Amino acid sequence: MTDLNKTGAALGEPVSASPAPSAFLEVRDLKVHFPTDDGLVKSVDGLSFSLEKGKTLGIVGESGSGKSVTSLGIMGLHTAGQYGKRKARISGEIWLDGTELLSADPDHVRKLRGREMAMIFQDPLSALHPYYTIGQQIVEAYRIHHDVDKKTAKRRAVEMLDRVGIPQPDKRVNSYPHEFSGGMRQRAMIAMALVNNPELLIADEPTTALDVTVQAQILDLIRDLQKEFGSAVIIITHDLGVVAELSDDLLVMYGGRCVERGPAEKVFYEPRHPYTWGLLGSMPRLDRDQQDRLIPVKGSPPSLINIPSGCAFNPRCPYADLPKDNVTRTVRPDLTEVGSRHWAACHMTQEQRERIWTEEIAPKL
Amino acid sequence: MLAYLIRRLIAVVIMVLVVLLATFTVFYMLPKWAGQDIAVLFAGKATGAEQVEGIRTKLGLDDPLLVQFWEFVKGIPMGRDFANGSDVTHCPAPCFGYSFVTEEPVWNTLKDALPVTGALAAGACVLWLVGGVATGVVSALKRGTIWDRGAMIAALGGVSLPIFFTGMVAMGIFVHSLGWVKIEDNLSTDDSIGVWFETLLLPWIVLALLNAAMYARLTRATMLEVLGEDYIRTARAKGLGERVVITRHALRSAMTPILTVFGLDIGVLLGGAVLTESTFNLPGLGLAAVQAISSKDLPVILGVTLFAALAIAVANLVVDLLYAVIDPRVRLG
Repeated sequence: MTDLNKTGAALGEPVSASPAPSAFLEVRDLKVHFPTDDGLVKSVDGLSFSLEKGKTLGIVGESGSGKSVTSLGIMGLHTAGQYGKRKARISGEIWLDGTELLSADPDHVRKLRGREMAMIFQDPLSALHPYYTIGQQIVEAYRIHHDVDKKTAKRRAVEMLDRVGIPQPDKRVNSYPHEFSGGMRQRAMIAMALVNNPELLIADEPTTALDVTVQAQILDLIRDLQKEFGSAVIIITHDLGVVAELSDDLLVMYGGRCVERGPAEKVFYEPRHPYTWGLLGSMPRLDRDQQDRLIPVKGSPPSLINIPSGCAFNPRCPYADLPKDNVTRTVRPDLTEVGSRHWAACHMTQEQRERIWTEEIAPKL
Repeated sequence: MLAYLIRRLIAVVIMVLVVLLATFTVFYMLPKWAGQDIAVLFAGKATGAEQVEGIRTKLGLDDPLLVQFWEFVKGIPMGRDFANGSDVTHCPAPCFGYSFVTEEPVWNTLKDALPVTGALAAGACVLWLVGGVATGVVSALKRGTIWDRGAMIAALGGVSLPIFFTGMVAMGIFVHSLGWVKIEDNLSTDDSIGVWFETLLLPWIVLALLNAAMYARLTRATMLEVLGEDYIRTARAKGLGERVVITRHALRSAMTPILTVFGLDIGVLLGGAVLTESTFNLPGLGLAAVQAISSKDLPVILGVTLFAALAIAVANLVVDLLYAVIDPRVRLG
């Protein structure tokens, strides 16, 4: 369809399976379903994207849209050590640097975890082990992938803590997580994730649990480190503001699927999906007239067991009746190109979308 | 840390003194309220009034309660002289008085019973801790499988069956029917280690079985909870193998509640495993207590109670100290 992978952070249109894609990370038709007593929960239902080294992809969506499930799926953490639980059903392809992870030997994927791909979690207090010092935890992360003695590993840990801006790293390396502030903990978490120079860094809501004043610092840190290490970064958030300036590309998820994706400035300034409009409308802005109220997205997230037929967003979409023949409620829209490297999954015509955006939505933002 | 330790030790002493005062009051006042004379209890029925009076003076039974209590407490570290004129009996420290029944110092009874109870508790607790925790971990990791169900049903059975039942069955099979083990009736420190081992083997297993069942259920529940923690996911995200994740990360956290229960159980057990010792006729503190109660041997009851209280208090203190070792978030001070 397009010359996807030539540009830096190409957002690959789902293409038929061909081995070893040129992109550094390529996810094709990823499905993650969880069998439960109430039925099959389709947390991620056919997601495709690709990402190049040195680029940042922002994945945005509300709670339960499948963002975190996607990231855990890439890391292979849905299958590792899920004792006695009903196993998640995962299908599709995840290519990381020429290796397909879903069909690879689990032990091989384990060795890639932490070294090739690392993850920063949402709440650093609960994500760090309360009984071990920050140093011990970083040393452990380093030594599992590097055959060095504890002393060398500890020096490396101090170096990393220094790099992420923790004062007196040689002292703080012996502190426990509860002795750190929230921002410090997240810095330590980042140091731990980056200790092995991973090529892919996934940050799952890295600032959600943090103080607003610290959020910007952490985001700056992630950006600086990415420049320094040249990693590919996926930032997952429900806050468009967080990723807007950090990301090269944006992917908006709704009900386990991608509803819109494209270069960040396009998705931000020329969004072409009603759900993205809703996200933008519910985001507070300083430059907005104080009299205006936020415009929330009406309704609640869809049940992932009974995803609405047709477009998953149709029950909440104010424009659901615009397309003819009730098509929004019967046919699931595919991603269609709405601009250069910019896709949206909506039944409305290009003219309708452009008109509604410029006349109804944009002026209110 | 040191200040904390000293504070806690003082608290232990105070607690034991309070327990002592309470039991002392009950045990020494109860006969009086019930219209019974302790001097008569001590002297036996066929004694003349003169001798009873002599005993009364010698034991100081006419003194006010607090004076008697003070004399008793002082006797533990200092030893004590019971005197009636020229008739003086010296009770060496630690003095807990004399048994009404054997007229031996109570300390001798405690001294002989302690090693038996101690050995019983030590062997059993190792067995149940290892067995229970291992079963619990396996159960948690194999949740929902036949292994898990089987282990938990067995555990339920273990918790439900009383010692005097399992003990009797075990003895019936292994001692009397098969003759695999011999139980020495009056275990003493003169017996060889082999005899101790053989005699204690069944009690260990029976007692451990009961407790292991509880520990298996506790471990399983805690492990399942810990395995859902975010930091376990972090450990996997680092690329650690499952064995390291389970032992170094999950089990380490799961040990905290297990340790709490373990400390209390050990404390209670050291105060005398009444049922086990009675069932197997082991001359430990529990059996001493049972015999003392049935013969109204007040000084021995008092001695055993005191020791049991001390054991629980100390076990609690040790658990609290271990908390600080295991969980760095616990600050002592």
